[in-house]
Amino acid sequence: MKHAARIIPCYAADSSGACSALYELGGMTVVHDASGCNSTYATFDEPRWWDTQSMTYISALTELDAILGNDEKLIADAADAAADQKPRFIAVCGSPMPMMIGVDFDAVAYEIEQRTGIRTFALHTNGMHSYTEGAAEAFRCIAEEYVRASDTKKKNGVNLLGAAPLDFGNLNTVQSIRAWLAENGFETVSCFAMGDTLETIAHAAEASVNLVLSQSGLAAADYLYEAFGIPYVCGVPYGSAFSAVLADALRTAAENGTHAYPCTQRGGSGKTVTVIGEAVSAGSIAAQLNLTGYQANVICPLPHAETLLADGESDAFAEGDLARVLLEMRPDAVIADPLYRFILPPGTQHIGLPHSAFSGRCYDKIIPDLTGRRFDGWLREAE
Amino acid sequence: MQQELKKPPFVCIGEADAECLFPTGLEYNPPARGMWNIVQMGMLIPGAHQVYCCAQGCLRGVVMTAAEMNAIDRLSWISLTEEDMFNGTLEQSITDGVSEIVEQLDPHPPVVLLFLSCMHLFAGCDFDAVISDLSAAFPDIVFVDCYMTPTMRESVPPVVQTCRQMYTPLMPLPKNPKAVGLVGHDRPTDENSELMRMLRGAGFAVRDLTLCRTYEEYLQLADASLNLTYIPTAQSAGEMLRERFDTPLLYLPNCFDADGILDNYRRLSEALGIPCPDFSAEMQAAAQALDDLKQEIGEMAVAVDYTAVTRPFSLAELFLQHGINVKYIVADTVGEDADAFLRLKQSHPALRIYAPANVNMLHQHAHPAEPVLAVGQKAAYYFATDHFVDLILNGGYYGFTGIRYIAALTAEAYRTPKDRRTVLRHKGYGCASCLL
Repeated sequence: MKHAARIIPCYAADSSGACSALYELGGMTVVHDASGCNSTYATFDEPRWWDTQSMTYISALTELDAILGNDEKLIADAADAAADQKPRFIAVCGSPMPMMIGVDFDAVAYEIEQRTGIRTFALHTNGMHSYTEGAAEAFRCIAEEYVRASDTKKKNGVNLLGAAPLDFGNLNTVQSIRAWLAENGFETVSCFAMGDTLETIAHAAEASVNLVLSQSGLAAADYLYEAFGIPYVCGVPYGSAFSAVLADALRTAAENGTHAYPCTQRGGSGKTVTVIGEAVSAGSIAAQLNLTGYQANVICPLPHAETLLADGESDAFAEGDLARVLLEMRPDAVIADPLYRFILPPGTQHIGLPHSAFSGRCYDKIIPDLTGRRFDGWLREAE
Repeated sequence: MQQELKKPPFVCIGEADAECLFPTGLEYNPPARGMWNIVQMGMLIPGAHQVYCCAQGCLRGVVMTAAEMNAIDRLSWISLTEEDMFNGTLEQSITDGVSEIVEQLDPHPPVVLLFLSCMHLFAGCDFDAVISDLSAAFPDIVFVDCYMTPTMRESVPPVVQTCRQMYTPLMPLPKNPKAVGLVGHDRPTDENSELMRMLRGAGFAVRDLTLCRTYEEYLQLADASLNLTYIPTAQSAGEMLRERFDTPLLYLPNCFDADGILDNYRRLSEALGIPCPDFSAEMQAAAQALDDLKQEIGEMAVAVDYTAVTRPFSLAELFLQHGINVKYIVADTVGEDADAFLRLKQSHPALRIYAPANVNMLHQHAHPAEPVLAVGQKAAYYFATDHFVDLILNGGYYGFTGIRYIAALTAEAYRTPKDRRTVLRHKGYGCASCLL
């Protein structure tokens, strides 16, 4: 039992990530679960739940159906709901109990598709992994299913990959990133998946480069490179200095077809700062700081971020390990979600930056949009 | 149109089956968050610390609940992985994880509520051994086995189970003949209610978890010579105390018909050995409040939901008896309200019952057919009205006085709109919240 916490929260789970990634695409997402997954997701992990309705449901798994292996109920209920609601697609994903009883989600998806005639796919969540993993599988799945080859190539066309409120809790941020792209001469071809539809996403192959905004976008980026040769650049345009670097990286990648990881750039000197959070966002903040008179690094408590971290950076995730790493590093300041405050070394300056995937709704009214120069102003005030 | 749906979101009561209002199916979760969960319940025990051992997806909800109620320092967690389930160390890893957490708690809490999950039960986890080992390691702490097992909700609902387990740390005390316990409620009972006036007026001390400020006061709950409850989900807790301490239990359901209320008071008087007071004035005041409500709101449509009161069909019937235009009920089961249901089935067959978790309720709020005055949060959401009574599980109101208050709250809701979104997003009615 390696992961215990006295006081800090846990991050959102894979099923929330999957639901969040698919939320705006007109499909029906069914989490095979008794009760808690949808309530947790809808309450704490999905800020769009009130304003934008999405066909995101649970199967209401019961003890008897679990013991008897009654997958037929899930299949029939999904088919009935699809008949009533006519979704564009159906995604079925799992939670802990289906993992325990060995539900074959690929077979379930096949059966549902046969009955409904609606494209149905399985997402292999089990509630025991990070939201980044669930969202990553969902984004990749959407890319595989819906992006079509195209003879048209937009020289300055960019896809945004990995956009979901769990990492961009200020819903204006993605819009700001689109505006930033336009200011820099780029055209947003599609966004996976905030503010766009399946129709728009179908044209993603027309882009010349992908901008990976979070760990969750990396698997889709890999697929789009494999299938259509589109290179990717990892970073979020936080801060004026890093935004300029990121824009240059996009231009270069579009021209020479190679991937770039500007979010891993370090090498500054000055006040030491540690940024805790999702690798691409935290790395982009650290890169911006390193360009502007700080010596910043990242701790990413989320799994599978190796390629998105600089050499030697920590992926500690258990509360005790995080506290120990921070104590060893002794940074002057830590930029992290406010709920990390409990484990910072005494005397360390804490600059609170709410992260929806960690603190849910607790600070949702004060999550900043840090795009471009907004970050510079935010940091001045925060310090 | 509705008949064409595989799973219609409503049924007219005349055509409804009390045993099964709606067929089961996929479920939607409307954004009305006032109902309590097991975290909020556990926080009622003064000084208690909660530890949840389960998968990350399940942890997330309980951890965030504690965080939003500014009580994250009273909840810890251990994340369950696939390996934990299959490598033969299930019990030991729980013991190790809880020990690691408890060693960091200074001072030690008097009680730790340890919640295991559906997966532990399916895996045959020896919870007794875990509790035994932890109790031996930390003899100053009472460890309570608790269950976050929504998969088993049809046999033992987690709320019922938690309510019961919350009273297990109590140890036998000499019975106090002048102490009466109110068991299993999540908020204090209105002091102006006939129930409380009967108890207080006859000199009885009230033992109520919701009134406890210290762990010592909590332990004192065991000296009650009679326990009462009026919430269906609390009966199991009362029965457990009857078995353990031989304390009689009176279930006095929070009903809305005069005969039922008077019968409750008669039974209570007999149990206490006191004369039953004359509550004619209170009964009359309740009736007058309902007539006043009717006078004020006229023919406005009213919706009643099951989260507001434990007997929504009874409240609807009472309203209708006073001419109030109840047109909608939001409920997925009839439960102990079957008598009122059957009477309404005969008297008002067109009354619509809406299924609160039906997937076809997804867009219900977007197309309100008419202005509605709602009693309860889910009704407020689904009928898209800012004119609603913000009430969960009767809100501590009881008896004729309770009816008078609910009528007054309904009139107030008619007069004054609420900020629906702000009210409904608040997790746990009456709890502290960082969202406010």
